[in-house]
Amino acid sequence: MTPLLQVRDLTRSFGGVRAVDNVSFELARGELLALIGPNGAGKSTCFNMINGQLRPDSGEVRLDGENIVGRKPRDVWRLGVGRTFQIAATFHSMTVIENVQMALISHAKRTFHAWTAAAAHFRDEARDLLAQVGMDAHADRPSSILAYGDVKRVELAVALANKPKLLLMDEPTAGMAPRERNDLMALTKRLVTINDIGVLFTEHSMDVVFAFADRMIVLARGKLIAQGSGEAVRDDPKVREVYFGSGRTVARRVSA
Amino acid sequence: MSEALLAVSGLNAYYGAAHILFDLGFEVRAGEVVALMGRNGAGKSTTLKSIMGLIERRTGAIAFAGADISHARTYDIARLGLGFVPEDRRIFTDLTVLENLEVGSQPARDRTQQVWTPERLFELFPNLAEARHRVGGRLSGGEQQMLSVARTLMGNPLLILLDEPSEGVAPIIVDAMADMMIALKQTGVAIVLSEQNLPFAELVSDRAYVIEKGEVRFSGTMHELSGNEDLRRAYLEV
Amino acid sequence: MSLAALFVQLLNGLAGASTLFLIAAGLSLIFGVTRIVNFAHGSLFMLGSYIAYSLITRIGGTGLGYWAAVLLAAVCVATIGALIEILLLRRIYRAPELFQLLATFALTLIVQDVVLQLWGSENLVGPRAPGLKSAIFVFGRALPTYDLALILIGPLVLGLLWLLLTRTRWGVLIRAATQDRDMVAALGVNQAVLFTSVFALGAGLAGLGGALNLPREPANLGEDITAIGDAFVVVVVGGMGSIPGAFLAALLIAEIKALCIALGQVSFLGFAISFPQFTLVAEFVVMAIVLVLRPWGLLGKPQGSVRSIGQIEAPIVPAGRMLQMIGAAVLAALLVLPLVAGGESYSTVLAIDILVGVLFAVSLHFIMGPGGMHSFGHAAYFGLGAYGAALLFKDAGMPMELALVAAPIVGCLGALIFGWFCVRLSGVYLAMLTLAFAQIVWSIVFQWDELTGGSNGIIGVWPSPWLATKAAYFYLTLTLCVAGILLVRRILFAPFGYAMRAVRDSALRADAIGIGAVRVQWTGFVIAGAICGIAGGLFAFSKGSISPETISISRSVDGLVMVLLGGIGTLVGPIVGSVTFLILQDSVARQTEYWRALLGLVIIFLVLVFPQGIAGTIQSWSKRAWKPA
Repeated sequence: MTPLLQVRDLTRSFGGVRAVDNVSFELARGELLALIGPNGAGKSTCFNMINGQLRPDSGEVRLDGENIVGRKPRDVWRLGVGRTFQIAATFHSMTVIENVQMALISHAKRTFHAWTAAAAHFRDEARDLLAQVGMDAHADRPSSILAYGDVKRVELAVALANKPKLLLMDEPTAGMAPRERNDLMALTKRLVTINDIGVLFTEHSMDVVFAFADRMIVLARGKLIAQGSGEAVRDDPKVREVYFGSGRTVARRVSA
Repeated sequence: MSEALLAVSGLNAYYGAAHILFDLGFEVRAGEVVALMGRNGAGKSTTLKSIMGLIERRTGAIAFAGADISHARTYDIARLGLGFVPEDRRIFTDLTVLENLEVGSQPARDRTQQVWTPERLFELFPNLAEARHRVGGRLSGGEQQMLSVARTLMGNPLLILLDEPSEGVAPIIVDAMADMMIALKQTGVAIVLSEQNLPFAELVSDRAYVIEKGEVRFSGTMHELSGNEDLRRAYLEV
Repeated sequence: MSLAALFVQLLNGLAGASTLFLIAAGLSLIFGVTRIVNFAHGSLFMLGSYIAYSLITRIGGTGLGYWAAVLLAAVCVATIGALIEILLLRRIYRAPELFQLLATFALTLIVQDVVLQLWGSENLVGPRAPGLKSAIFVFGRALPTYDLALILIGPLVLGLLWLLLTRTRWGVLIRAATQDRDMVAALGVNQAVLFTSVFALGAGLAGLGGALNLPREPANLGEDITAIGDAFVVVVVGGMGSIPGAFLAALLIAEIKALCIALGQVSFLGFAISFPQFTLVAEFVVMAIVLVLRPWGLLGKPQGSVRSIGQIEAPIVPAGRMLQMIGAAVLAALLVLPLVAGGESYSTVLAIDILVGVLFAVSLHFIMGPGGMHSFGHAAYFGLGAYGAALLFKDAGMPMELALVAAPIVGCLGALIFGWFCVRLSGVYLAMLTLAFAQIVWSIVFQWDELTGGSNGIIGVWPSPWLATKAAYFYLTLTLCVAGILLVRRILFAPFGYAMRAVRDSALRADAIGIGAVRVQWTGFVIAGAICGIAGGLFAFSKGSISPETISISRSVDGLVMVLLGGIGTLVGPIVGSVTFLILQDSVARQTEYWRALLGLVIIFLVLVFPQGIAGTIQSWSKRAWKPA
């Protein structure tokens, strides 16, 4: 069976510097793959090339075997690649459920409908999605007054609206307390398993990575320097040198 | 016990209609490193910003080096010797490292104090010395973090408020931050550190306050906090 | 044309570039640090030339006295600038960007009347500088020595500014504050002093430009708008906040204008093209081309997006019972107005004007509020609707009714073309490009005598007999206005309205869920253009005649004032704002000769008292009244 996502020899330079240099990896359905590395290692560039925001200089990105390089982000999204951002936010002038409805409206290609009220579109479906992330009680609150952890959940519901095959999550737990981190990642893992979605995520919080990633890949200066299970990567001397350091400031206890 | 360098009591702060801090109080003595621990949204950043006068609506008493600064303007507070290193670093990306330092520079408050110069700072931050003519935007994340601290030191502060230096940076940079803070402490500067990363805070802090929902829930030595599993469970960890 | 003539024209252009650079550099500096787009910068330029006139006629007899007078004029304007900053701007730094613009626009109105009061309405020709009264001959053509002096002054000021900004602590602080003013304060820098000094310097440069320009052009009351228009173009072409960019852009634009004059009448493929006529359009064409190719100007960098208007908007909800009842009452009152006040009464005529204004403001609000696109040139679509209808009626012999139907189509076509360019930009750049397109339309209308009647405009644009009475025309206007408002409301509550707000709230996130910003914004732009076109068509037939004034900058600004006065957060905002503004304008204009100054003062008062607009403020008051804290 072809893997869900195949990245082959992906390369992109900025002003002569290779931000991403010949990176290749694969990701299967139902798998959580962590992409880690120091700041500026090329993680964001990598993300942006997979979802179509940046065009690679060379290389391929195959989704279910089909090369999607050169497609616009919108079209990549339609093919089933959802995305969440490092700094979560909502459409702040809308209620929680309207945020989800917006995504459903777009998925159904009704963005340019200008007659029937938007509130009437997909309200039940939106409520279902909110229930999945545990936010249905907040459906009619303005999204601008939500706590940050809740904004993350709404963002997840929005990302699930087009029934994605692949989710790209940029530092999904940034700015959250340890307990919220675990809750959110546990929720993500559950939804991913139920819907058979593949997840590629970047993360600096090592307890999250070790607890939830099925596999990890490590980027440094644009190159893929290690990949494999948590244990293998943790004990890799190269990764220690460029990323983990002494390990004395990393949470000692790993709990799932 | 010596007189507190910074004494905060009955501090309340608001964002618009939202009440964020509730009668919060804590003290810092000269040369001490104090950690404000707590999860996101607990009010740590708001506490530091309130002290700096960066929150418009705040009430309560804030005394620093014997002066009442609860109604003072931000730049006056800074000139009294209170330095602030914000969470998102906020270095001036268009300015060179040396120019960034120039913006932070303030005259020494008294003649006895040993003033920080770029050269002295470069001894503490060797990476910055090599990059002195590079613009801030072309520094790595770790170098930017260091520059943000160095820039504040140029104001010769007696106390630095350091907001979540470990957030969103690679573990190896957190490592370097810890070394830097230990070195800094030896120069006699007091530090208030807002943190969620307990191992990091343990390495560098003398005392800790735990903040939850805008209130102080614990105060004691760092050692006491480390040893108190219930407390860690309740407010900090999983 | 000889090469010699071309060369002299190019030198002439260089001299023009210097004054252009001075004013633009000041504007750019002020914007960089304070983030205020200072609409009053042209007024400071104008004050510079009037003050210089007074000083030079007193002490400018000698060379020393003359140059002392010029510098003194600059110092005076710098002082005025400092006062403006301390008394007004300091209070509104935290206000939404567009409110700041509104306040500085109010200043231009006040300065206009102050100058009119102090110096009168005559153009004042300044004496030439002693020692520089002669001309030298280049290839047998005269070039004033004063122009040579100006050519040197431009680069000299550029050099001094560069030294100031890079070699002094003040300059480093300025550059730091340009990026993050709160951080600068947290490092112990008194930013109030910094801001005042920057504003004074910027104002001083504008004043110097005005003073230096006096021997080339007499001081006159139209200078402020011309100067601010030119300065905006230069700053945007050069890149907001970039001083070298401003210099480069000033050179480019002054030279292209000079080139147009030098080319004169040229025959090309059998067409006679009159290039001198092209000067008015030229700078705006340059700006449009530059912005499309380099969206941040020649030497500029991408700006952060425009800060959101006021605080975060609440989700939209259908009008409450109270508002519905008020709406019904107003509509009922309007329906009986011609019967009560009289069909041909002044009230009915005024009501027609107000309804047209409401439709204009509602269409502008549609792209500014939910669309998040700040148009400074909305008069373009109003003018296109008006001229389109008038020309189809007069020249093409179309019946009035059909011409009125065509008005929104013309507005829509204009928006289709201009919008395609505009939606590729954002923030201040988008605003400036809309202004540029409006000016292009204005210039074409103004200069294409054969078609549009030039400055005389078109007369005899009267409605069909069944609409000939004011009362009948009033009901037509009322019907179309209400229909327009209901249509806009419908769209705003439909998926498309939500999509527009999604793009405005976060273009990045909208894109991530398959909503393309460009297509949505372009569509919004076109809808607004069409509705605005209706307003223009109604306007033309209500007046019986139209002139280029229909498309002037001041109409665009009126629209901005209406929308901001009312408040940008709700659909009721532009309605309340336009009614307030037009009634205010009407009553103030009848009270005093100095209505501009009075209007300016009223606007400043409103900006300081109603920072969220009238409707927005009432909304938050009533919320507070209902929900005791």
